[in-house]
Amino acid sequence: MAPILDIKNLYKSYGATEILKDINVAIEPGDFLVLVGPSGCGKSTLLNCIAGLEPITGGAVHINGKNMTDVSPKDRDIAMVFQSYALYPTMSVAKNITFGMKVRGVDAATQAAKLAEVAAQLQIEPLLNRRPGQLSGGQRQRVAMGRALVRDPALFLFDEPLSNLDAKLRVEMRTEIKKLHHNLGASMVYVTHDQIEAMTLATKIVVMKGGVIQQIGTPAEIYNTPANLFVADFMGSPAMNLIPASVRRDGAFHRIEIQRDSAEPLVLADQRPLNLPDNVIMGLRPEDIAEAGFRAGAEVQEANCLIDMVEPAGADTYVVSQLGGKQVTARLHAETSARAGQAMNLAFDLAKVSYFAPETGERLN
Amino acid sequence: MTKWLERQVPKMVLAPTFAAILLFVYGFIGWTAWVSLTKSKLMPRYEIEGFQQYTKLFDTPRWDTAMNNLFIFGALFIVISMVLGLLLAIFLDQKIRTEGVIRTIYLYPMALSMIVTGTAWKWILNPGLGVQAMVQGWGFETFTFDWLINPDYAIYTIVLAGVWQSSGFVMALFLAGLRSVDGEIIKAAQVDGIPTPRIYTAIIIPSMAPIFLSAFIVLSHLAIKSFDLVIALTGGGPGYATDLPATYMYAMAFSRGNIGQAASSAMIMMAVVFAIVVPYLYSELRAKHD
Amino acid sequence: MTDATIQTARSPRKTSSRTGRIVLRTLLYVFLIAFALFYLMPLFVMLTTSLKSLDEIRTGSLIALPRDITFEAWKTAWSGACSGIRCEGLRPYLLNSLMIAIPGVALSTLFGAMNGYVFAQWKFRGANLLFSLLLFGCFIPFQVVLLPMARVLGILNMAGTIPGLIFVHTVYGLGFTTLFFRNYYVTIPMELVRAAKIDGAGFFRIFWSIFLPLSLPIIVVTVIWQFTQIWNDFLFGVSFSQAGTQPVTVALNNIVNSTTGVKEYNVDMAAAILAALPTLLVYVVAGKYFIRGLTAGSVKG
Repeated sequence: MAPILDIKNLYKSYGATEILKDINVAIEPGDFLVLVGPSGCGKSTLLNCIAGLEPITGGAVHINGKNMTDVSPKDRDIAMVFQSYALYPTMSVAKNITFGMKVRGVDAATQAAKLAEVAAQLQIEPLLNRRPGQLSGGQRQRVAMGRALVRDPALFLFDEPLSNLDAKLRVEMRTEIKKLHHNLGASMVYVTHDQIEAMTLATKIVVMKGGVIQQIGTPAEIYNTPANLFVADFMGSPAMNLIPASVRRDGAFHRIEIQRDSAEPLVLADQRPLNLPDNVIMGLRPEDIAEAGFRAGAEVQEANCLIDMVEPAGADTYVVSQLGGKQVTARLHAETSARAGQAMNLAFDLAKVSYFAPETGERLN
Repeated sequence: MTKWLERQVPKMVLAPTFAAILLFVYGFIGWTAWVSLTKSKLMPRYEIEGFQQYTKLFDTPRWDTAMNNLFIFGALFIVISMVLGLLLAIFLDQKIRTEGVIRTIYLYPMALSMIVTGTAWKWILNPGLGVQAMVQGWGFETFTFDWLINPDYAIYTIVLAGVWQSSGFVMALFLAGLRSVDGEIIKAAQVDGIPTPRIYTAIIIPSMAPIFLSAFIVLSHLAIKSFDLVIALTGGGPGYATDLPATYMYAMAFSRGNIGQAASSAMIMMAVVFAIVVPYLYSELRAKHD
Repeated sequence: MTDATIQTARSPRKTSSRTGRIVLRTLLYVFLIAFALFYLMPLFVMLTTSLKSLDEIRTGSLIALPRDITFEAWKTAWSGACSGIRCEGLRPYLLNSLMIAIPGVALSTLFGAMNGYVFAQWKFRGANLLFSLLLFGCFIPFQVVLLPMARVLGILNMAGTIPGLIFVHTVYGLGFTTLFFRNYYVTIPMELVRAAKIDGAGFFRIFWSIFLPLSLPIIVVTVIWQFTQIWNDFLFGVSFSQAGTQPVTVALNNIVNSTTGVKEYNVDMAAAILAALPTLLVYVVAGKYFIRGLTAGSVKG
């Protein structure tokens, strides 16, 4: 099947400043692509380039098999939901949703039918005669989605659509967007700075930084095998522990040595077939460090660590220990006996470890 | 092709305005500057002769008076309007019950034409039947208030009328400024036990620097352009004791038939305005770009 | 016991500070009312003088109320006072001012709205420079354009005509009207235009369907500002009009300064009030918008 969206060697600059550098992304029909990264990484600019709202400096954008690089936004067969919703303030909800059809000269009967269909789908029938100013944040969000849905486009674009909602509503709407994607089987591109949103919604994630794509992959790939230190640090909460370590080769396996201030170095043995340099940064997610005895597996190794801090978080308890000069967080079960200031045995799951080169930050394994 | 055309629409919409501004503002300034360097009299001539018009201008006693008057009038008008405007604003800021009514009264002169203002004050200040006659009628036979016809004092009547017209506006500017100061800062100061006058002098007024600046710009702009007020109140007289550059320029252009002098005096006026306004606008525009 | 001592010790101070407060508040009100009287006095004097007979003006006090109210002066000011050699009162000139102001306001507001829309929402390379040029144009003393404008109006056959004055007021009003609309439209999020573009609307459609319906407040501000400016203008009026096409400010000045016959102060005052009435009315009816225009016109940016 032809990709629904294909971006080839896209460059974008304002004067001398390059905003986007050599962007290459393609998605299949039905994909939910999330562009994620810190603010200023170019993700919103990229979305605007896909929409045709910003001219690009180089490269090409294909949508549904057609080269849309020089085509007006209205002819790209897309719909877009904006961060501020961008509802037309002087028009009623119904007029907001039908404005695009009216501009295109769609006949009144079709307009009414489509409006009714979308309103039912989003359960906004009672709101149709109100002005945007009279709606709550969540209702505005629905209307903005309605305006996009009614177009029935090849590609939906979302620009941080949930960032203006409060935490509870955000989770609700997230679920609804996911449901919508599932029911419509539509192709979507979604921009967010919230990595949890990215993980929960995406079928494919693009992590960006400084206008450059850092990694493209499924949520699981991004989470389990981050391509570099930036991705490792950015995705996941609490963040992946990134611990400087030195490596000694010992026959078939690697001895990973981590310095500690108040005790002997912590030594772990990685038995996987690797080829590591002398110095690495070891990445291990908090959930891959457990209380001794609570984690089983061939690669699990235990070590005695001094606990600096205990943070109960309800379902889990996080403990912090000083390793390799870094605060290392471990995610333990809620009823742990860990006490701040006391040592305890922690289990490290070495099967899950990522290694990065300290100089380049690139993944080594 | 259509997309290219689409992109040109905003420019085409601006084009008439741009052309008008280019021609009628910048082109005309150029024309006036050019003519100010010629020997134009009744009709403009276009052979450049140098700065003779300017030399002549500064040798003319009437221009001297006009510039002097501009500085006297400008300085007093600006200072008094600002002080009065600030005082009125601070006093009105004390939770005055009838604030709306009082504000409306203070500000209405700004809606009047300077010609109306001049006409009214000319009547009030005329010695024969105005304030002087009124006070004399109360029994103070020796009271004199003849500034309007006294060449040494006539310029102050223009200051008076100008302040009457514009101080309410300055008050409105300052009042808006006072109200825009962060309420939490004031509350913090009150909790610290700082007395109200100190809160004004140490916290509120310093934070209004931009408003002082824009009030100053507007007032100086008004002062330099003042033409109607002088015409209506004193007609530039007695003699030419209350001439301002604006009235001088007008007299040269339309009654004396001396286009060269008119052009050079207009250029000097513009130089004075720009000396004040350009640094201000420049900083404003730059601040916006950052 | 201790409570009682504290109470008695404190109460005198409390009362003294309270009386002090009352004295201060009274002084405050006295000051504010005194200035209110200062601002009102000329209007009061104009009104009373216009209702007096000339005899009463000569014999009575400036601020005395009229003994016998007469509307003779108003009648003369309306239809009989002499401006130059014509003695038709202020009526034809009020009409002139209206005929200048209405198209002048409409045109400069229309252009200003379109320009402001471009500057705020359709920026292109060089737009900032253009806007700066326009802004500087707001500040020039008009004396610097009087001479060439007189010649251009002559070339266009518009010298001394009402269309000529409409033209001049439109051109030199553009700076401020553009500024007003631009500053208003800048506060409207850019996403609105983007959403409309995706909906397929073009430049004019977006302006007409989305921006114009939002613009009522700024239209009111601009119309009031421009109307006040044009109505109260004297410099352009006196420079570019001739007998018969003068605006009301010029005619008023002529009436007041006409040297023929007896000086009719009551007629002068009635004429001055007539000339001021339209803008005064606007101020009373829409003072909020008037002030907003003034402050917007002064606080640039």
